Amino acid sequence: MRARNTIVGAAFALLAGGMAHSALAQDIKIGEINSYSLLPAFTEPYRKGWQLAVEEINAAGGINGKKLVVVSKDDGGKPADAQTAANELVSSEGVAMLAGTFLSNIGLAVSDFANQKKVFFLAAEPLTDAITWSKGNKYTFRLRPSNYMQAAMLVEAASKLPAKRWATIAPNYEYGQSAVAVFKKLMSEKRPDIQWVDEQWPPQGKIDAGPVVQAVAAANPEAILNVTFGADLVKLVREGNTRGLFKGREVVSFLTGEPEYLDPLKDETPEGWIVTGYPWYSIKTPEHDAFLKAYQAKYNDYPRLGSIVGYQTIKSAAAILAKAGSTDPEKLIVAAEGLSMPSPFGEITFRKIDHQSTLGAFVGKTALKDGKGVMVDSSYKKGADYLPSDAEVEKLRPKD
Amino acid sequence: MAFYVVQFLTGLASAASLFLVASGLSIIFGVTRIVNFAHGAFYMIGAYIAFTLTERLSGAFGFWGSIVLAALAVALIGVIVEMVLLRRIYHAPELFQLLATFGLTLMVEDLVVLIWGPDDLVGRRAPGFKGAIDFFGQNIPSYDLFLIVLGPVVLGILWLLFQRTRWGVLVRAATQDRDMVAALGVNQKWLFTSVFAVGVFLAALGGALQIPRDAVHHAMDLRIIVEVFVVVVIGGLGSIVGAFVAAVLVSELNAFGILIFPKISIILVFLVMAVVLIVRPWGLFGKPEAAARKTPGLTVNPWRPLTSNERLASLAALVIAATLPLFAGNYALTVGSEIAIFVIFAVSLHFLMSVGGLASFGHAAYFGLGAYGIAFLAKMAGLPMIVCLLLGPLLGCLGAAVFGFFAVQLSGVYFAMLTLAFAQIVWSIAFQWVNVTGGDNGILGLWPSSWAASPSHFYWLALGVAALVTIALRAMVFSPFGYALRATRDSLLRSEAIGIDAKRIQWTAFVIAGTTAGIGGALFAYLKGSVFPDNLGISLSVDALVMVLLGGVETVSGAVIGAIVYKALNIWLVSQTDLSKLVLGGFIMLIVVVFPKGIVGMLEMLAQRRRKSSPPGSPLLAKPIESAE
Repeated sequence: MRARNTIVGAAFALLAGGMAHSALAQDIKIGEINSYSLLPAFTEPYRKGWQLAVEEINAAGGINGKKLVVVSKDDGGKPADAQTAANELVSSEGVAMLAGTFLSNIGLAVSDFANQKKVFFLAAEPLTDAITWSKGNKYTFRLRPSNYMQAAMLVEAASKLPAKRWATIAPNYEYGQSAVAVFKKLMSEKRPDIQWVDEQWPPQGKIDAGPVVQAVAAANPEAILNVTFGADLVKLVREGNTRGLFKGREVVSFLTGEPEYLDPLKDETPEGWIVTGYPWYSIKTPEHDAFLKAYQAKYNDYPRLGSIVGYQTIKSAAAILAKAGSTDPEKLIVAAEGLSMPSPFGEITFRKIDHQSTLGAFVGKTALKDGKGVMVDSSYKKGADYLPSDAEVEKLRPKD
Repeated sequence: MAFYVVQFLTGLASAASLFLVASGLSIIFGVTRIVNFAHGAFYMIGAYIAFTLTERLSGAFGFWGSIVLAALAVALIGVIVEMVLLRRIYHAPELFQLLATFGLTLMVEDLVVLIWGPDDLVGRRAPGFKGAIDFFGQNIPSYDLFLIVLGPVVLGILWLLFQRTRWGVLVRAATQDRDMVAALGVNQKWLFTSVFAVGVFLAALGGALQIPRDAVHHAMDLRIIVEVFVVVVIGGLGSIVGAFVAAVLVSELNAFGILIFPKISIILVFLVMAVVLIVRPWGLFGKPEAAARKTPGLTVNPWRPLTSNERLASLAALVIAATLPLFAGNYALTVGSEIAIFVIFAVSLHFLMSVGGLASFGHAAYFGLGAYGIAFLAKMAGLPMIVCLLLGPLLGCLGAAVFGFFAVQLSGVYFAMLTLAFAQIVWSIAFQWVNVTGGDNGILGLWPSSWAASPSHFYWLALGVAALVTIALRAMVFSPFGYALRATRDSLLRSEAIGIDAKRIQWTAFVIAGTTAGIGGALFAYLKGSVFPDNLGISLSVDALVMVLLGGVETVSGAVIGAIVYKALNIWLVSQTDLSKLVLGGFIMLIVVVFPKGIVGMLEMLAQRRRKSSPPGSPLLAKPIESAE
């Protein structure tokens, strides 16, 4: 039993070792957390994106002359582990702000942590509306267009379709549920004549695609809303193609145009789906050209949407830090509210009213080109045009 | 009508894929008694290798050849794993092999990303089975028909193999009574290796056959492993026909269930398993397990209370731990609190598993219920922290009382799987009942009151509770109740013969363990300031198992050490490297091979050897043992 001493000692020595490396005082540190081990398909390009941003910022003289350092941690896809990482970043790394996260529940967990510990948090990727509205707090900002915004963009196109009988397929968790709820609400507002004839809720990552496709087909909808992504999407598309589910039916689909999810489909890509995404090959703006050139030069690979999110997260963070001229969280909030900055998609602004950025997304149609899936007829939708009125937002968001 | 036929056939196709993997698991478990957690990993490697081969080799022969070749290659890997790793630990305590295969799974998950990259891979379609067949206006994919035929064919081959070959006779004999088979002079080593190879071959074949309809990715293993365990248990362990019937049952219920309740898939298999196990405690086609012939392991090192020296040493360790806030920063303190909480969780499982002999695969349910108890009391009733901490664990107690009543009617792996089913049912309630539990977005804003808010105060609180809980459970181990519980563990028949009401004793132990886990969960909710369905999830239950096994399942204090080592290492690795699973898995496998009795078990053995080899002139060391016995 005496061994207990030694082992306890060793455990604490390990912990102490973890705290040993502290950075130079003149550096500005950003603490970054993401699900690197759980979702490498998205987070690897994301990491490349933010690494490029750090390089560019420091090459241009850093933040008000100070070098920018990003300390990155893996959360393993668990909210509790994300909080441990956030705590390490804040307490022992002494970071000026937190950034990152992918999954909605992890984003919310870190945002709650930030609110409690009074730390600035820039959520990169989580799409849940709650993070800026029902569970919003003054320390949390969010970069990506939310569920609501993407739904509104899709509804704009979907409401023009003649289809009246709609079915939905969405993963059975918060993201899928709220995507379907918002889409249905906005769609029924514009088109009161629409009927919702079936809904399928396969568990995230565990879709049994055959029965799901069959069940949707049995309801005989004229159009389908899809919210699944990743491996579930692949299975759904393959079963749907073989069983002819998509033949003669319109499909509207969240995120499917993102290279992360479109590229794996290869020659099985269904044509004519209305999707949100990132057609990096057909964006012809000077801002995006510059980003694309730098990214391809550094990595010899094309960017995914994750690359844009990672890049812009750190660029935004740097802009906020530069404007605040301080690492005091209260000053960072003041600096961030209403701050506009360039991005590969054009100028974006972090809104004062709900801390949502106005970064938009591309809406287009899927097509097959040389055995690969691409997005065609795409156009950029500015985030600012797809948010509810200020009065509505104030009702949705608790007072700080 | 045509629709229902097609839906039925679709269900059969799903059943065929499930059956292939499940049959392999069932054979392995039946003969070697290994709970092969790595079965999903073999399934995944099968898919990855098949993907690579089918991309290289063209044509129909290339495709089907690749599928078989991939399965054979993985079977070879399985043989190596069995010979190098598992062979060394067949004599380790029950379930210790679970730890080894868990470590292997962790490593494989990182390795496939390193080898094949992070992107989802989509393989070719099977030549000749690309399209669909029209059935009264409904399309049936021809590949589904192929699978529907393949399932029964594999079942038939396995049946012939088991009924008509000498090897099959040996396998069936070993499934029934492996000690007797060994006593009759059968070379068990090669029997086990060959059985493991066949099982892994089936898993890999199941994985390889998925590539025409699935994406190959690094989380495939987790998606399938729990489900196949459930299928095997519903069918009855070791019964191939049972696995087939169970696969069909589960798949068809899912195919038709989603027509009425589209959200049923998330919980269906666990509901079916819970119902089947309550009605038929050994699964549909299983037979009651024969009574164990030997008392498990404990003959060498009888348990004894700590000697006064050891008490002093433990107290000193506690005092040292309590001085941590004097020199460590906030982060170390928060990690310290987390470790203390996991010590509570691990000792609660240890009480059930080591003392009671009831290994629960769903212990996180009571941990999570304690956490949700806090969330409800604090957020809805607005009670102060101290009241919440006292009342919150009662939800864990309540859950344990209800589920424990049913669970203790079973034993062994069936008990473990029923606890898993209950845990998953609780998890899915927390996940689905969005209005009350917030769904997977959880309940936020549960921060401690000001008196416990500072990291040092919270650390002392967690450490104090952990120490109290550990002492209380330890005292219980050496109380009359503890002796009665250990009696039911060592021999159910004998304990009942001397008048011990075994089920009542086990149920009480279950409630005690559940309540204690609830205390851990309650503290965890305050530490994290939030509660998520994760807190009830399978991965947390597995963590608890790993902690107990790592420390040493046959020891009294293994859980404490196991929790400290595992949690500290885990947090440190995740913080230091993106390949934490690879390193942690490697570490676990190393521990398994070097310390087959767990860390504390090994230390005790070393200490005892030293005592034996030391000259007789040191009565100081030898005396306390005798008196304690």
